[in-house]
Amino acid sequence: MKKFVTGILGSAAMVLMSAAAGSAATLDDVKAKGFVQCGVHTGLAGFAAPDDQGNWKGFDSDFCKAVAAAVFGDPEKVKFTTTNATERFTALQSGEIDLLARNTTWTLSRDTSLGFNFTGVNYYDGQGFMINAAKLPGINSALQLSGAAICVQTGTTTELNLADYFRANNMEYNPVVFQGFDETNAAYEAGRCDAYTTDQSGLYALRLTLANPDEHVVLPEIISKEPLGPLVRQGDDQWFDIVKWTLFALIQAEELGITQANVEEMKGSDNPEIKRILGQEPESKIGAMLGLENDWVVKVVAGVGNYGEMFERNIGQESPLKIARGLNQLWTKGGLQYAPPLR
Amino acid sequence: MASTEVLRADTSARVSWKNDPRIRGIIFQVLVVVILAAAVYWIWGNTVDNLRRANISSGFGFLDRRSGFDVSQSLIQYTADSSFRSALIVGLLNTILVAVCGIITATIIGFLVGVGRLSGNWLIAKICTVYVEVFRNIPPLLVIFFWYLGVLSVLPGPRDSLELPFSSYLNNRGFFLPKAIWEESAWLIPAALVVGIVVAFILNRWAYRRQMQTGQPFPRLATSLGLIIGLPLLVTLLLGIPVSFEFPQKGTFNLSGGFQVKPEFLSLYLALSFYTASFIAEIVRAGILGVNRGQTEASYALGLRSGLTLRLVVIPQAMRIIIPPLTSQYLNLTKNSSLAVFVGYPDLVQIGQTTMNQTGQAIEVVAIWMVIYLGLSLSTAAFMNWFNAKMALVER
Repeated sequence: MKKFVTGILGSAAMVLMSAAAGSAATLDDVKAKGFVQCGVHTGLAGFAAPDDQGNWKGFDSDFCKAVAAAVFGDPEKVKFTTTNATERFTALQSGEIDLLARNTTWTLSRDTSLGFNFTGVNYYDGQGFMINAAKLPGINSALQLSGAAICVQTGTTTELNLADYFRANNMEYNPVVFQGFDETNAAYEAGRCDAYTTDQSGLYALRLTLANPDEHVVLPEIISKEPLGPLVRQGDDQWFDIVKWTLFALIQAEELGITQANVEEMKGSDNPEIKRILGQEPESKIGAMLGLENDWVVKVVAGVGNYGEMFERNIGQESPLKIARGLNQLWTKGGLQYAPPLR
Repeated sequence: MASTEVLRADTSARVSWKNDPRIRGIIFQVLVVVILAAAVYWIWGNTVDNLRRANISSGFGFLDRRSGFDVSQSLIQYTADSSFRSALIVGLLNTILVAVCGIITATIIGFLVGVGRLSGNWLIAKICTVYVEVFRNIPPLLVIFFWYLGVLSVLPGPRDSLELPFSSYLNNRGFFLPKAIWEESAWLIPAALVVGIVVAFILNRWAYRRQMQTGQPFPRLATSLGLIIGLPLLVTLLLGIPVSFEFPQKGTFNLSGGFQVKPEFLSLYLALSFYTASFIAEIVRAGILGVNRGQTEASYALGLRSGLTLRLVVIPQAMRIIIPPLTSQYLNLTKNSSLAVFVGYPDLVQIGQTTMNQTGQAIEVVAIWMVIYLGLSLSTAAFMNWFNAKMALVER
């Protein structure tokens, strides 16, 4: 019921919100309240999940902290709002959250008619399938799934890709659609479905939480492009720029070899590019142009590390997920992560 | 009323219009209407303003766009190529399906349990009491989870389905029955059913009139049942049973073919039926206890046997007490069916949510939900009011 109510409340906010309140600049609002309100997943290991002390850990929640570090110089000045797949958009539209970092696929309609701006891609993903190999020994390709019951979460691009993929391959399937992440997982684990489909990163994260992770196999096919990224409301270019360039700064820092450990030391570097991005040039405007302090990149990297560190710590080799960098490697190393010049 | 008029007539010469209660009444009513209209105007303008400023497109144009998602259970032809409008209609029909099935079952269970609680048999009465107290005091969502996670999902998987009589199977993917495939001549069977109903109806009216005039009773129930069941049966036999069955077959993943009832539907339907039945049972009990004992005694004194007393004296009077609260239980059941989202049954709310997310038209979808639920509730209420008026005391 909660999600249903949130949907209605979101609309109610849209109906009742006084015209004056929403038009103020998000940066001023955020500074006035003293924290960034960030929408994250209800609990996806590696991307955003609370640890046993209740601290949010994950790739997406770290991005929220990076934005807080850029604005306040302190990565802890962030509050998290958990959102499921259906309530995330109303939460952002209604102004309940300042930014959404929740494995959200960048699509044209979301960018336009929903009234959002995607600030870039923090994770290049693709949709896949997972099956229980112990129960279905002969299956090793998604093309063998004709007739299968497939668990999927509602309100996602996943649901649409699934329909497209089975139609394109002339296969039948039986969608079992749930609203919440936990309900979907429970149904898959109980054997209600033969296969589970979502972004591959999500499948790996989910597999860790199942009773017997080794029984479950992610099939090799990737059936869609899922560029996941943080997003903000349309109509506030300054806030859009801050979030966008925070992401680029993280990527650029990795490219320049600036890490959480050496960022203070790097301030004294002779490399003009490093000096520029860290705001150490005389008369630097690297922060002023965004309405931030000039050493904002220093604070971001000191707070959460660079893009590569965030990746490895949460979902890469240093984490239980052990996802390879793949497409998310820097462009200089054969991947797609590429930041425009910070100058 | 009369006294105030007298008062007013007495004092009207001296009292100014400001103190005239009638004029005051009118002024306040006009004021309330103006405030209400202003509020609606403000909310409307504000919404349009906010939507425009947030760059969110609005309007119902999205209904004609291709939906792009599939639905597991549909009463009409629907594919991912159909429009959002069709998707919402599929959801609405699924809501109506579960509500109608639930209402019928809940009424039957409710009447049995309600009468059972009044039974002289100690065991039956206690079992019925326990049933009512258990289901009435559990939130409906838990009852749904009980059926979905506690009963249906612990059934064996498709590979070792439970075999039931008549080639039907039960597993954690649902209930599988042989599907009847009718030959072309089979349309005569429903036709015979319609004829049977019409003839039975006419016969009943004739029998009623004859009994009123001559006092001669006629075995109405037996002949009606004979006509309604016997006629189609006779036609079926004459046509040489024009039906074949498609049996569920084991496929790679699941049983295929046959007629399937999905666990999502089953759990929601059973939960709503059992939950609402506990309330209906209490309403029925109250209705029967509400009929004065003197009525039964008077009827016995007139020489009516106990069956006839129940049918002609007690039940008609009890129905007058039962029907109004029964209506609100039917409305509750229909509205509770929106809990479907938690077990993945594609009802109006679930499909609406998917639509909302794929299009971002939250306000429009919420408006559609409200209008449809309001419409469903008002039509149920209208039907029950009509039924109530029919059952109400007719004074002669």
